[in-house]
Amino acid sequence: MKAAILVFPGTNREGDMRAALEGAGAATELVWHGDGALPACDLVVLPGGFSYGDYLRCGAMAARSPAMAEVARRARAGRPVLGVCNGFQMLIEAGLLPGALARNAGLDFVCRDAHVRLDNPQKLTGALEAGATLRLPVAHGEGNYVAGAGLLRRLRDEGRVVFRYVAGPGEPGWRANPNGSSDDIAAIANRAGNVLGMMPHPEDASFPRQGGCDGARLLRALVEAVA
Amino acid sequence: MKARVHITPKPGVLDPQGKAIGRALAALGFQGIGEVRQGKVIDLELAGDDREEARRQVDRMCRQLLANGAIENYAIELA
Repeated sequence: MKAAILVFPGTNREGDMRAALEGAGAATELVWHGDGALPACDLVVLPGGFSYGDYLRCGAMAARSPAMAEVARRARAGRPVLGVCNGFQMLIEAGLLPGALARNAGLDFVCRDAHVRLDNPQKLTGALEAGATLRLPVAHGEGNYVAGAGLLRRLRDEGRVVFRYVAGPGEPGWRANPNGSSDDIAAIANRAGNVLGMMPHPEDASFPRQGGCDGARLLRALVEAVA
Repeated sequence: MKARVHITPKPGVLDPQGKAIGRALAALGFQGIGEVRQGKVIDLELAGDDREEARRQVDRMCRQLLANGAIENYAIELA
């Protein structure tokens, strides 16, 4: 199973994503966005960071790059695509996922652990069981998922709200949602289930030295699912 | 030709920056401030002098890149 990790100017989570995916059993290749064709692979990963300095809107520039046009072609053909944090923002800006990721409700850049619950398993979440709760770091200023009432209803009805923020053990309920996201949404999928966007960072919770391994549970399930 | 694009958060979309600015103005002693909303302005220089064509072109730019239709409105001003 091979994952291509796409790198833009300002991307900075590619190294940890690579280590985490390799730890989960994948072969990986870092691909600079300007290097022409994407290699053959089983999974395209858009990692986190601050592509193009978050100019205009987070992910807006990367989403309109030629490399992303190829990602979009593959996504529409049903090939697996994972976007994390800035990668999630790119998927939304590219129109591969609906809604918007707006400024955090509290205006803070939030950098801490959050707990998320798998509410709607997808192809890409593989063997990870519904209801599984993961402790994963979040680190973003624009992760507030915004959608109109109609879209929120559609996401719920179609089972596309993949992860929701929940209170961790002993954590007060008000602290669960780090950014004001509608319906506590932390991750959504497209209708076909092959495109997954999430704000929390599984690659930052993949080794004991990172303080937790819940991210590895998700990445192992994902790697097995697309292998 | 010059075009100015005004991009503003749609009514009903939470604008935490606008709220923070409103609170800061109140803290400075300005009274009677209602809602404050923050947007952005983009100035463009365009070749040609066909105003209708320019407007259509900038409208396409807004829809494809400059504004996020899910949370932002835009208005085009030609100078």
